[in-house]
Amino acid sequence: MKKKFNSNTVLLFITIALFVVLYAGGCIAYGSKGFTHFQTFLNILITNAGLICVTCGMTAVMLTGGIDISVGALIAMDCMLLAVGMSKGFGAVPMVLVILLIGAVFGAFQGFLVGYLEIQPFIVSMAGMFFCRGMTAVICTDQVSITQEINPTFYAWANAKVIVPFGGYINNKGKYMAPYVRPGVVIAILVLIITFIMLRYTKFGRSLYAVGGSAQSAAMMGLNVKLIKMKAYMLSSFLCSIGGICYCLNTMAGSVSQATGLEMDAISSAVIGGTLLTGGVGNVIGSFFGVLINGTISSIVKTNGKLASSWPNILTAALLFVFIVIQSIFAAIRERSK
Amino acid sequence: MNSKNGTKFSWEKIKQWPLFLPVVALILVMAVNIIHDAAVGTNPLSFFMISLRQTTTSGSILYGRIVDIINRGSEIAILAIGMTLVVSASAGTDISVGSVMSLCASFMCMMLAGYGVSSTTTLAVPLVIGLLAAIVMGLVCGAFNGTLVAHLHIQPMVATLILYSAARAIGLLLCNDLIVYVRNPSFAYFGAFTGPIPTPIIITAVCIIVISLILKKTALGMYIQSVGINAKASRIAGLNSKLLIFLAYTLCGLFAAISGIVASSRITSADSNNIGLYLEMDAILSVALGGNSLGGGKFNLAGSIIGAYTIQAITTTLYALGVSTNQAPVFKAIIVIIIVVIEAPPFKAFLRRQAAAKGVKA
Repeated sequence: MKKKFNSNTVLLFITIALFVVLYAGGCIAYGSKGFTHFQTFLNILITNAGLICVTCGMTAVMLTGGIDISVGALIAMDCMLLAVGMSKGFGAVPMVLVILLIGAVFGAFQGFLVGYLEIQPFIVSMAGMFFCRGMTAVICTDQVSITQEINPTFYAWANAKVIVPFGGYINNKGKYMAPYVRPGVVIAILVLIITFIMLRYTKFGRSLYAVGGSAQSAAMMGLNVKLIKMKAYMLSSFLCSIGGICYCLNTMAGSVSQATGLEMDAISSAVIGGTLLTGGVGNVIGSFFGVLINGTISSIVKTNGKLASSWPNILTAALLFVFIVIQSIFAAIRERSK
Repeated sequence: MNSKNGTKFSWEKIKQWPLFLPVVALILVMAVNIIHDAAVGTNPLSFFMISLRQTTTSGSILYGRIVDIINRGSEIAILAIGMTLVVSASAGTDISVGSVMSLCASFMCMMLAGYGVSSTTTLAVPLVIGLLAAIVMGLVCGAFNGTLVAHLHIQPMVATLILYSAARAIGLLLCNDLIVYVRNPSFAYFGAFTGPIPTPIIITAVCIIVISLILKKTALGMYIQSVGINAKASRIAGLNSKLLIFLAYTLCGLFAAISGIVASSRITSADSNNIGLYLEMDAILSVALGGNSLGGGKFNLAGSIIGAYTIQAITTTLYALGVSTNQAPVFKAIIVIIIVVIEAPPFKAFLRRQAAAKGVKA
């Protein structure tokens, strides 16, 4: 048991080290283009605020040994609902509450199918993905933007700056540039901390690990495996809806093709962060660094400006490859030491 | 069960038939078509009509909705063959097939047109080399997936996730971020017509016949099923489990390549972003719809293929009903959920309990 704990810590350490190395590499290569500024790091957080929330939920589902590939489509549906709802004259707060409610109900339905009817998570969430993506088109097939005229409150949220009290720099005109984040980042960090505490210290969080480790043993221990699985999917879709709001605060628009492939980003972030798809192993801190690694790669490619747009995908996939090979080597060592 | 009356017993027997689910789904789709045609006032049987039409480009060709469904369903059907083997052998799905299709098509068109050329009418290398390039690329991708799953024991979904996100991107890189057009009649042949019959149908038929012969004449099919049911027991019984799983993934890559050739030849170009988009989902769906368990083990190839055409029939029917391309997934999702819920063991047990309770009351 001790051994198992150790190898997982090593994996988390490798993830964090890799992020540091990548970021330092970016700083050395593109220092002249402003990569060393603290703001560049915050920009990575701003762009990926939604993804952080989604990955937290995905980690919870993956801990139970499941998977939820409906998240990208659910975000598209959330954004479209927000955009269309607001342009129809509904307020920002009611729309946000509706989105959160839809997320919870949608998750409960998926969770019911997975937990109680024992249908494969992949199939259930694939149907969920089709459903949300199609529903987005049913709501509206055009791109709908949220402008200041449509909803001043939401617009103000999106453009609010939360000033970070440290890490500023003086620009070449002699003006102090205070680093800032958007409200989405604050939400994402809160979600991250709450999820971390929940997974580590609450009864529900520990039962997720138990179910993922061995559903049979968990059931024998007296845990309600079906209910726990259902709750995990509810949590995932709920956090995904929060992520959808963060995402919408960034894009300020709803369109059918939004957030395509986001589910795979979330899964690869979680896997790079050390979460096993077999369940029972992983934590959100690792997943958070997984997201940061993904973000750093895209940021480096963007700063370079000359590389083809397909490089981030290829690099992330290469990293994923390296990580799962390392994981499988660890698993083999563990197997042998038994 | 045996105490029930005669009709009930035969009904149970029909329900046990492996092709029950896909055939019922297909019949339902046809019924919807007939009702729709009758409702809008056209000939109710126009769904089944097949006629010969004269065209200026390809001479006389077969024409009709069924022909169209079988033609358009070719890619899904070819992918479904490989997917069935993968699901059976490794109890996992290969989600990279759509991307691999795109990569193979891009690689082939890049070879045929030359690197960096975006549009051409003459081939830079003989057609055979282009086709071989696509097939080799497919085999390499399949072997990559196979190695990860069979030798490194990585869950199939994660292993194939790598190529899912990378293959399409590599294809874009090969094509220099362009859509490469190869407007050459010899290349367009694979998506056009052989006499009156669309070539994709013939290619699909050849694939199905060859793989069925291999599965029938050799013990490969049985071996794959046995590995899927219990890999450890099969290994102890003397089967090379690793090699068989590897083989299943490599074959899946091969079929993805063939499917990519057809898809790219249809549009005489390599559109890396759109070829095979979401097709992996359709392929997995055909396998599930065909009555195969996604938990591996026993498989039924005929079911998967009927499943594939059923999905294409659903798509075509939805378009005929005036549902837009983007909205169609909603209905697909509802159909999937209904099918999997009916198939779910706890739901069946629930129905049985209900029936038993009714029996007690009566």
